[in-house]
Amino acid sequence: MDDATAKGLDTMFQIRFHGRGGQGVVTAAELLSMAAFAEGRFSQAFPSFGSERTGAPVVSFCRIDDRPIRSREPVIVPNALIIQDVTLLHQVDLFAGFPAEGYLLINTSKGFEELGLEQFVRQFHPRRLLACPATELALEHLGRPLPNAALLGGFAALTGQVTIDSIQAAIRERFGPAAGERNAAAAGAAYELGMAQAKEFSDAATN
Amino acid sequence: MLRQIEGSRAVAETVARCRPEVVCAYPISPQTHIIEAIGAMVKAGTLSPCEFINVESEFAAMSVSIGASATGARSYTATASQGLLFMLEAVYNAAGLGLPIVMTLANRAIGAPINIWNDHSDAMAARDAGWIQLFAETNQEAADLHVQAFRLAEELSVPVMVCMDGFILTHAVEGIDVPEQSDVDAFLPPYEPRQLLDPANPISIGAMVGPEAFTEVRYLSHLRQLDALELIPELASRFNQAFGRDSGGLVHSYRTQDATTVVVALGSVLGTIKDAVDRRRDAGERVGVVGITTFRPFPFDEVRRALSGATTVIVVEKAFSVGFGGVLSTDVAMATHDQDLTLRTVIAGLGGRAILRSSLERVLEDGARGRLESVTFLDLDHDAVDRERQRMASQRRSGPTAENILGDLGAVASRIG
Repeated sequence: MDDATAKGLDTMFQIRFHGRGGQGVVTAAELLSMAAFAEGRFSQAFPSFGSERTGAPVVSFCRIDDRPIRSREPVIVPNALIIQDVTLLHQVDLFAGFPAEGYLLINTSKGFEELGLEQFVRQFHPRRLLACPATELALEHLGRPLPNAALLGGFAALTGQVTIDSIQAAIRERFGPAAGERNAAAAGAAYELGMAQAKEFSDAATN
Repeated sequence: MLRQIEGSRAVAETVARCRPEVVCAYPISPQTHIIEAIGAMVKAGTLSPCEFINVESEFAAMSVSIGASATGARSYTATASQGLLFMLEAVYNAAGLGLPIVMTLANRAIGAPINIWNDHSDAMAARDAGWIQLFAETNQEAADLHVQAFRLAEELSVPVMVCMDGFILTHAVEGIDVPEQSDVDAFLPPYEPRQLLDPANPISIGAMVGPEAFTEVRYLSHLRQLDALELIPELASRFNQAFGRDSGGLVHSYRTQDATTVVVALGSVLGTIKDAVDRRRDAGERVGVVGITTFRPFPFDEVRRALSGATTVIVVEKAFSVGFGGVLSTDVAMATHDQDLTLRTVIAGLGGRAILRSSLERVLEDGARGRLESVTFLDLDHDAVDRERQRMASQRRSGPTAENILGDLGAVASRIG
């Protein structure tokens, strides 16, 4: 994390999405930017500009700020990292530039321990980690393994950067009535899971 | 109304509101989203009257645009990279004939090696074709420039190329205010051609011109481009009055007052440069940036004025002339030839290489301290270059360079920047 961010002078929040072609990685960044925009903030979403093919590693980026965003560089130091596909763990340098204060959201029905990340995630704040079974939620609500909408629900719960209402409104706008409703439901379910985890932490803190 | 939409979408909607009567284009990344969207609007009847003509190549796309424009139709097309090269003969013809076609160039590198990512090699390859070339800094400006481009092109009978960085702008989703139909209609009068192919009043367009008049015809093209140097700021000012936005014009200066080190650049990298400039300013450095919106015709006077206080000028370019160096740098050097300053060229962002703010800050610092070489390739992997030079020196059949470098670097997909 650079100096300005560390000093809290920087109001920008930067998100990096990792996934595979076909998982809606680019759409996820766009939806998040739409949600932030709807809340009156400045936002920018862009893909990693690859010649994307189904299954190939894909990266997308989103910036949210209270000021106009001028930067066109990729997100080097993300405030949040969203990993849509854990099989990328050993293929891509997912955690490049990821700071200890960052938020980490992983699509998995397993825990960090089972993913072999237990040691690794110890350096991060536990309240800023969320293992979200987004693919399972998508299968349940959509009948298709598209984890992006659910992960955005998890993101809203984990970071509080956008409300779940704005996320769901963006999803409905993009996907239309039927698919929009199902994706919004998946996002809502992931949001509930994220909020439940947050509550566990705050209960543990007060006990 | 401000909406959070993709740059390509904003350009497509803006072009539609300029009421083109013929759109003929051949798809190529990263321009595809623009013409797909316009094609869909024609099919749905929301852009009408307009004919969208499918053709088999970029050469045909520009040729049809020429034919359509010659019959008095407002004509639009879009391309990128190899597509521009493929149509280049016709691109020169459009300008030589004085046909006011507007074309979006979604800037992309030119192969080989094959590369679909952004740089400015394509625009530079068409630099001398006789088109006006405008460079957008943001998607808002990209949209706005199209409205100005049609008016500029038609008033002067010169084709206009609106250059916007491929992927970086075309595929970015951000808040964009697409000009309203009524405002565009008020700004952009119907096209009144100077020359018209009309069966009722037959004329020919495209005469063969020998040595007796070729220079005069070409010189008149040059004069029309020089006229554009007057008209472009005037249109930008009228656009500002009508739409309330500062888009277009010749050059734009940022924090250049009292600046001794000034960066010059084209296109979307200006945003990242401004962030770098702010940070160097915070550190007490006297630095600024000049963005060149109008690259052809080249605004010599405005560039000279904008750089008059600088002692070091750093031109950051997304293209270069192999065996020579910077392209834009040469123009800037000509504009400032009578000024006592140090000119440095930084070649950056080739083939989509990310231009990082941190790298730009280093450039600014090195430039201010006189540590920049005359030409620097930003973030060049010198070790990889040296290893390939060694392979070439050690064996005659060293093989194809591109494949060797890829093999040397290993999995490149794992890189973020």
